[in-house]
Amino acid sequence: METLLDVEDLWVKFPSRQGVFDAVRGVSFTLGRERLGIVGESGSGKSMTGRAILRLIRSPGIVEATQISLGGDDLMKKTEKEMRAVRGKRISMVMQDPKFSLNPVMTIGAQIIEAYRQHNKVSHADAYAKALEMLEAVSIRDAERVMRAYPHEMSGGMGQRIMIAMMLIPNPEILIADEPTSALDVSVQRQVLDIMDKLVKDRGMGLIFISHDLNLVADFCDRVLIMYAGRIVEICKADKLNEAKHPYTRGLLNSLPRLDAPRDHLEVLKRDPAWSEAPSVSGRV
Amino acid sequence: MSMLEIEKLNVWFGHGRDRVDAVKDASFTVARGESFGLVGESGSGKSTILRAISGLAPLWSGRMVVDGLALGKVRPKTFYKTVQMVFQDPYASLHPRHSVDQVLGETLQLHGFKDIDARVVKLLDDVGLGQKFRFRYPHQLSGGQRQRVAIARALAPQPALLLLDEPTSALDVSVQAEILNLLVDLRREHALTYVMVSHDLSVVGHMCERLAVMKGGEIVEVMGVDTLRRMEAKHPYSQSLLAASV
Ligand SMILES: Nc1ncnc2c1ncn2[C@@H]1O[C@H](COP(=O)(O)OP(=O)(O)OP(=O)(O)O)[C@@H](O)[C@H]1O
Ligand SMILES: Nc1ncnc2c1ncn2[C@@H]1O[C@H](COP(=O)(O)OP(=O)(O)OP(=O)(O)O)[C@@H](O)[C@H]1O
Ligand SMILES: [Mg+2]
Ligand SMILES: [Mg+2]
Repeated sequence: METLLDVEDLWVKFPSRQGVFDAVRGVSFTLGRERLGIVGESGSGKSMTGRAILRLIRSPGIVEATQISLGGDDLMKKTEKEMRAVRGKRISMVMQDPKFSLNPVMTIGAQIIEAYRQHNKVSHADAYAKALEMLEAVSIRDAERVMRAYPHEMSGGMGQRIMIAMMLIPNPEILIADEPTSALDVSVQRQVLDIMDKLVKDRGMGLIFISHDLNLVADFCDRVLIMYAGRIVEICKADKLNEAKHPYTRGLLNSLPRLDAPRDHLEVLKRDPAWSEAPSVSGRV
Repeated sequence: MSMLEIEKLNVWFGHGRDRVDAVKDASFTVARGESFGLVGESGSGKSTILRAISGLAPLWSGRMVVDGLALGKVRPKTFYKTVQMVFQDPYASLHPRHSVDQVLGETLQLHGFKDIDARVVKLLDDVGLGQKFRFRYPHQLSGGQRQRVAIARALAPQPALLLLDEPTSALDVSVQAEILNLLVDLRREHALTYVMVSHDLSVVGHMCERLAVMKGGEIVEVMGVDTLRRMEAKHPYSQSLLAASV
């Protein structure tokens, strides 16, 4: 498979008075024209991995890597100005906090139209029509009303879908989607996943899909990286996730509530210090 | 006496062509000590119902009674000692410049507690965060860690009714299990009543005795959790929701 992105020995470090906290510790993986899932518990470094690829780690955080190669272009060597040409255009990211990434004082419509016209030389009227179409594509029902509304007037799931619509405008080579469907009911979730799936299949986009929903990732992705304490502890084919061997992955699978098997208390992880000491498994192919 | 009575509740936003009827004629009651779920389509009005109870949606009609007290336009100060809400969006709900210690300390102070230091320590332990997070700011926390802070803040005034809006949808499954176990234990220990919104039917199945299914601002069906488990919903929309969840 053709490699779109090659991440080698990625670290994200936060220096502080008490010492350096390593949020990501030497992670390596490649991304082809595929749906690559990243799962792992809260705080395991999933979002930081996604953000580090775009060099979006806020100071005092530091990103280090042997290379982050985008089609042979090392992103680590780029200036901030050059990175701005990569962000949004070649690699888009749907942030975990959708409403946070929208401008609170601008209507949804104005934001989508602006984003669209940044990438396409079209009239305002054409951009408006396109924006409506994009909202409808992510199953927003009353799209005209939503165009006139402000981000705080949106429900949780609507905010997520608006962000997804915006991120797909520039036709990126790679989409990093951080918990893109965590607030969506199953039927809308399916529709949003179908849109992303189509982009991978039809346009050959590479997708990094960050999620804590193991069933969803098993169902939707091709490959899954399982992160713990800033490292990759296991890599599975998505459809084999249920056969994962690492006790951490097994623990995650067993902590899910099940409709068909009610119980008083759910299983929680019993963490083993050895998990965070073992070297990171490489996800490069 | 029931803890919560909602009768023909209507909630709307805006006016003219921008008017949204977010909740239409919704009615349900929740017994004291019960855990009640709200599920349904994205945008169907679930969060709006919780916000209306909390006093965060000004335009409403109908009847809302909490712990025997009929709610009017303004909530009395003691109201928030009885009712607390955990918001869907853990990012927006914490002040970016307040440390975890400030968030919890100020909430405790506001509700007139004296032994603040000891209570902050206890709250952090209760939600499984521990002391090393005490002086961190929201941007130094992961999504799940923020949600635990939000839950700790809601627990601070020792409320009787907890309104939980997707309390675990931003959390990984293991933390979800910890938080759900915590919520189960807290309810038992303190005889709490929950109204819980979730898009995850297995979470609602685990947590709730009864649930309402919403679509387009309306409650289309109220069912017991056994009906949910046996997949015996009556309304076509609830049926399709159940079918899509397995
Ligand atoms: N500015 C910061 N300073 C110090 N530590 C930080 C900072 N930002 C994040 N961290 C820490 O980095 C770790 C990784 O965070 P990250 O956001 O990548 O987690 P995550 O896997 O995405 O979790 P979640 O599922 O909860 O979103 C966390 O332990 C977090 O507390
Ligand atoms: N402040 C507001 N101003 C205008 N409209 C609003 C406001 N808050 C909510 N709405 C509208 O009310 C409707 C119901 O929203 P609500 O947030 O209750 O949905 P929800 O069922 O919680 O959905 P989700 O599962 O996506 O969170 C939506 O159409 C939303 O756009
Ligand atoms: Mg994250
Ligand atoms: Mg909501």
